[in-house]
Amino acid sequence: MNADTMRLRPKVLVTKIGLDGHDRGSRIVAAHLRDAGMEVVYTPPWQSIDAVVKLALEEDVDVIGVSSLATDHLIVPKLMRALAAAGLGDVVVIVGGIVPDEDEKMLVDAGVARVFHPGASLDDIATFVADAAARVRAIRFPAEDLAR
Amino acid sequence: MNKPLPDPVPASIEEAQVRWQSQYDAQIGDDAPVHNRSGIPIRPLYTPLDIDAARFDQDVGYPGEPPFTRGIYATMHRGRTWTQRQLIGLGTPATYNERLRDILAQGASAVSLIPCNSVFRGYDMDEVDEELLGTCGVVCNSADHMDACLAGVDLASTSCAMNDPSPFTLLAFMLATARRRGVDWRAISGTSNQSDCLSHYVANHMFFRIALPGARRILVDHIAWCNEHLPRWNPLSVVGQHMQQAGATPAEAMAFTLSSAIQYADDCVAAGMSPDAFLPRFTFFFDISLSFFEEIAKFRAGRRIWARVTRERYGARDPRSWRLKFHAQTSGVDLTRQQPLNNIARVTAQAMAGIFGGLQSLHTDAYDEALSCPTAYGARIAVATQNILREEAHLTDVIDPLGGSYYVEALTNEMEERIVAVMDDVEAAGGMYRAVEAGLVQRRIGESARRFQARIDSGEQTVVGVNAYTVDEDASARPALPKPDAALMRAHLDDFARWKTRRSQSAVGSALDSVARAAHSRDQNIFGAVVAAAEAGCTHGEICGSLRRELGFGHPLIAV
Repeated sequence: MNADTMRLRPKVLVTKIGLDGHDRGSRIVAAHLRDAGMEVVYTPPWQSIDAVVKLALEEDVDVIGVSSLATDHLIVPKLMRALAAAGLGDVVVIVGGIVPDEDEKMLVDAGVARVFHPGASLDDIATFVADAAARVRAIRFPAEDLAR
Repeated sequence: MNKPLPDPVPASIEEAQVRWQSQYDAQIGDDAPVHNRSGIPIRPLYTPLDIDAARFDQDVGYPGEPPFTRGIYATMHRGRTWTQRQLIGLGTPATYNERLRDILAQGASAVSLIPCNSVFRGYDMDEVDEELLGTCGVVCNSADHMDACLAGVDLASTSCAMNDPSPFTLLAFMLATARRRGVDWRAISGTSNQSDCLSHYVANHMFFRIALPGARRILVDHIAWCNEHLPRWNPLSVVGQHMQQAGATPAEAMAFTLSSAIQYADDCVAAGMSPDAFLPRFTFFFDISLSFFEEIAKFRAGRRIWARVTRERYGARDPRSWRLKFHAQTSGVDLTRQQPLNNIARVTAQAMAGIFGGLQSLHTDAYDEALSCPTAYGARIAVATQNILREEAHLTDVIDPLGGSYYVEALTNEMEERIVAVMDDVEAAGGMYRAVEAGLVQRRIGESARRFQARIDSGEQTVVGVNAYTVDEDASARPALPKPDAALMRAHLDDFARWKTRRSQSAVGSALDSVARAAHSRDQNIFGAVVAAAEAGCTHGEICGSLRRELGFGHPLIAV
């Protein structure tokens, strides 16, 4: 694999921030995205927001998937602000898990691209992540750069 | 007059079986193979040929005596129904107390306290993001807070389950509360519900964790201390629920649970305790999925295996040591966000499986748990579901009503084989601590979770409202969310800050020193030091912080 095709592979960080550790969902999603050909950076639960920002920067990810089963989504807006402050405003953030409707609106207003609820199909998640990563890559690496 | 028809030629069971089979094969058409969640192939019909009637005594027997297949007590639910124990926790201690009293007035018979995730993770409320406080459990950080949580509850007569991971500060706060109220500790009853540190490592990374060797030591100290001071308290609840919720099949979950119990019992024996001193206070906590007959067979098989292990491996002579005494919770993983009221039907079927499986205590999930932490309305329906099953549906008239069913007995035998095979794998790996440290258990659970998800994705496993019978829904029909009152939480934080400065700092300092010293001394009981610290006014975060420093933090052991 040459550098350009490596670069075209979507790279996604699957993580859990906050206090809860129910990780069945994040593990299944991470394994599915990996099997779908993406490069997956997976973290154990309980990550701090600073740790996620640092990892996103170091690993140069296109998409961050945050899994939340027990209200940790309430601090996702803080994560969005921290990403923007670190110059990572173009990274697409998605949230999956138990997110009440009124909180979904709050997350979307904060810049979350999509919330996946229980029952979401793994293929739908993979398609969304791949498309989002392609959009991020198109902005970061315009076609003329890749052609060179 | 018509001649009577001749009787059909009497056939042997074997001949009848062949006759039926040919009819079945001719009529069934495309007969897709059926497997239960544990991977056991399920045939369309079970007959006397599937069980060995001569083994009635060894395999089935009578309730209240080995092998306990039919239940651990002679009278089972006809004598005493199960304890109705609803898990609740939200907001501040005052909010919790209000909800607790409501649930008790509705028919719940025991307390179950679930603390905020910040407590689970070993922190005080002033150490975490304020947005997260009280969203999933009550913010209880001190003996004063526990006193407020349990206001109006008679601690001498009410069984209190504390969802209290190592180092068991919630129990320590409750004991401090009991002392203030003049309640004899010997009257305190209930269970340390989250004492099974292995299950936290394997399946539920939700709890404060001390590195495994330290957690292992604290647990043995906790069991020894409670056996000495709290004769009515169950210091250990071995938890299969986490593992099944994380994806283990019912057979795997039962196997890993029993293997964990063996590990803990081995540790207690190594610490010099006699099996009949600690085994009667071992309790278990299982998940009940929607795989109805499989769950019933799981519980029946589990009882049989535990009766054998306690007698053969530990030489236990006290019949109380042989009994697999368990609480069960209906499976949240089986609930759907889509058409949430459908979950009431799911919970009903799950609860029935647990009841027929012979449980001692039951939590029914609220229908709205796939949407949020349950609303008061959802929690009331969950309690009512238990009331209906217990008092309207005549489920408790007969002990083990499915015993003797060809299918249930054959399936019990097959589940037992599967469970024992997994337990043998763990034993071969050197026991549960070794198997967990090597990632064996986590890998197996992860694989089973993915296999089950694939069955749902392929449509092989129907989930109504998700992959079948979907309808457009009106989201406004969903219940309003319970959210902790931000102003109350802020006041709770302010009170806590003020109270901390008012405490006797020297008493707090010396109690925390004792905890730290106990962590490094083989002669001192760590949990005894934790109880003393709670009485001296130490907070949850301070006690956990001290042990985290002394014994090391337990990082997740994850295999994806």
